[in-house]
Amino acid sequence: MASRIRYQQIGQQQPAKFWLLAAVAAVVVLAGLGAAAYMATVGHHITGMNNQIVWGMPHVFAVTLILAASGALNVASVGSVFGRVDHKPLARLSGVLAAALLIGGLTVLVLDLGRPDRLIIAMTHYNLRSIFAWNILLYTGFLAIVAVYLWTLMEPRMKGYSTTAGTAAFAWRLILTTGTGSIFGFLLAREAYGGAIMAPLFIAASLAYGTAAFSLLFLAVMGSQGRRAPAALLGGISGMMGVFLMAVLLLLAAHFFTLLYMPGREDVVRFLLVEGGSLPMVFWLGKIILGAVIPAVLLLNSATRRRAGALAAASVLVLIGGFSHIFVMIVGAQSYPMQLFPGREVSGAVFDGRAASYAPTAPELLLGFGGIALVVLVALVALRFLALTPKQLEDEPEVGTTSADESEATGEGDGGLATAPGQG
Amino acid sequence: MSEEQHNDRSVNAERRRLLGGAAALAGLAIAPGVFLVQAAVPTRPDGTPATDQVRWGMLVDTNRCRTNCDACVTACRDENGWHGHGRPETDVKWIRKITITEEDGRRTSLPMMCQHCAKPPCAYVCPTGATFRRDDGVVLVDKHLCIGCRYCMMACPYQVRFFVHEPVAADSPNHPRGKGTVEGCNLCVHRIDRGVLPACVEACASSGRGALIFGDLNNPRSEISRAIAAHGAESVRADLKLDTGVRYQGLS
Repeated sequence: MASRIRYQQIGQQQPAKFWLLAAVAAVVVLAGLGAAAYMATVGHHITGMNNQIVWGMPHVFAVTLILAASGALNVASVGSVFGRVDHKPLARLSGVLAAALLIGGLTVLVLDLGRPDRLIIAMTHYNLRSIFAWNILLYTGFLAIVAVYLWTLMEPRMKGYSTTAGTAAFAWRLILTTGTGSIFGFLLAREAYGGAIMAPLFIAASLAYGTAAFSLLFLAVMGSQGRRAPAALLGGISGMMGVFLMAVLLLLAAHFFTLLYMPGREDVVRFLLVEGGSLPMVFWLGKIILGAVIPAVLLLNSATRRRAGALAAASVLVLIGGFSHIFVMIVGAQSYPMQLFPGREVSGAVFDGRAASYAPTAPELLLGFGGIALVVLVALVALRFLALTPKQLEDEPEVGTTSADESEATGEGDGGLATAPGQG
Repeated sequence: MSEEQHNDRSVNAERRRLLGGAAALAGLAIAPGVFLVQAAVPTRPDGTPATDQVRWGMLVDTNRCRTNCDACVTACRDENGWHGHGRPETDVKWIRKITITEEDGRRTSLPMMCQHCAKPPCAYVCPTGATFRRDDGVVLVDKHLCIGCRYCMMACPYQVRFFVHEPVAADSPNHPRGKGTVEGCNLCVHRIDRGVLPACVEACASSGRGALIFGDLNNPRSEISRAIAAHGAESVRADLKLDTGVRYQGLS
C-alpha cells in the first residue's frame, strides 16, 4: 500500500457526461419538490394515504434512506475504529454518502409533513418525552458529527483526531438507529411492532442497507474511472454485508416468532406473512428471496464474493429487500385493523374491523424518488468539488490487467458500474 | 262541612301532595342529563387556568345507545364544523358510531371518540408538544404547533385522531382548524369552560336516549361518579392501562 493516500475530485475529464447525470438527478429532485408542493397545496387526500394508513410511501423511502445513512458509515468505521487499513481510503466516500443519504431521507420526511412550512416549530419546540423529538436531535447531530469526521479525514492538521471523531460517529449512529427503531418500538397501539427488538433490528438493517448503498457508490466511482476494485476489498465488503444480512434475518425471525408465541398476536403475523393481500408477496418475494436469499448467496459464496458485478447485483437486491422490509413494517402494521375490541366483530366507519388497502399515487412516489435523486445529486456535487476518491487503493489491479483472484472470478468486467460516467 | 266533604278535601290534599312529589321525582328522573349534570359543569372564569381539581370524563351507557341513532355524531359535526367531502377514508370523524356484533347476533352500539387518557400515547409521542393533556384531563391539540407528522395517529390505540386531508372550507367559530394538522374530540372544551355540556351529550339527552353522562370524575357526588359507583364502568382496551376519561357501561 502506498504510504500516503492521494485523493482526487472526479467529473472533470468528461464534464458533459458528469453534469448530464447531475442534471438528470436535479430534474427528478425538482419533480419530487413539485409533487410535494402539490400535496401541500391541495392536501394529502390526493395520495394513497388516509386516516388508517397515515404513513405511506414517503415514510418507506425516508426511513429506508435514513437507515442506509447510518449504515453507509460502516466502511469508514471499519477503517477508523476497527483499524482495517485497506478500508480507510474509502472513509471519505463513506462519510459523504452517509450525509447525502440522511439529507435525502430527511427531505422526504419533512416534505411529507402536513405542514412542512412549520419545520421551524419542529426545530424550536421539543417534547423531550417524544422519541420523535429525540430523533430530530439525533439526525441533526449525526450530520454535525459526520461533518467533523470528514474534516478530520480531509484536513491534515486534524488527522490525529480522526479516530476519535470516527469513534464518536460510530457510537452516534448506533444510538441514532436505536432511536429510529424505537419510533416504532414505542407504539403500543400497533401489534406488528414488538417493543425493544425494533432497535437492534433497525441497527442490523441499517448496517446491511447502508453497506449496500456504499458498495453501489464505490463501484460506480471506480467504474466511472475505468478502475477495478481490489478483490480482497470486494471480498471484505461482501462478507460484511452478508453477515449483516444474516443478522437482519435472525432478528426478523426472532421478532415474528416472539409475536407468534404471544397469545393474541399470532393474527397480525398471519396477516403480514400469509393473508394480508399483497403484503406477504412483498415480504417473501421482495425481502426474503430477492432481498436476502439471492444476495446472501452472491455475498457469501466463495465463487462470487470477490466479484464487483456480484457485489453490485447483491447491493441492488439488498436495497430492494430493504424497501420491501420497511414497506411491510410501516404500511403492513397500519393495514392490520386496530383491535378496539379484540376477538369481537366490529363495524362502523370505513376502517373499523377491516384491513386497510393502500395504493400509492404518483405524487408520493415522485417525492420518494426525488429523495433518492437528491442523495445522488448531493453525492455527485461532493465528488466533483471535494477530493474524496482515492487515486490508488491497496492491491488495486492496473487497468487492463486482472489480479489472480479476479482472473478466476470475473469475465464480464465491472458489470453494473456504468451508472456514473464521470471520469477522474 | 260534612265529614264526607272533609274527607274528600283531605284526600284531594293528599293527592296533590303525592302528585306534586311524583312530578318532582319525575322531573328529576327524566332530566338528569339537564339539571344534575348541568350543575356538575361549573363555569371556569376567564383567565383562570384549568386545574386537576376536576377531571372531566364521559360515561357511555351502551344499553341506552341505539344502533340507528347518530344524534351525537351530527351534533358534534355541527358544533365543531368537521363536515366531510364524501371521501370516507380521508374525511375527519371526531366521533363515530361503532357496532359490536356478538356470535349470538346480539349487537351493541356505542360512540367512539378520543378517550382522553390520563396517560395519552398521542401526547407522549408528539414531537412538538402540540398534543397535550390539560390539567382537567382534556386532551387537546394546539393547532398552531401541530406540524402534521401524524405520529400521534400511529400511537393512538383507538383510532380517534384524524388528519385534515383537505382544505377547510370555513373556520369553526369555536376553534382553529386547518389542512395538514391532526385533530380529534376535545370534549367541546369551549363549551365546558362556559359551564355548558358537550354538544354530543346535549344531543343524546334531547334526541337520543340519554346514553351519555358528562361530569367530574374526581367528584364522588357528580352524576357520572355516582353512575359509575352504582353500576360500574370499563375502559375500551382496559388492558392498555391508559386510564381513560371516557368509560363505557354494558360492554362486557
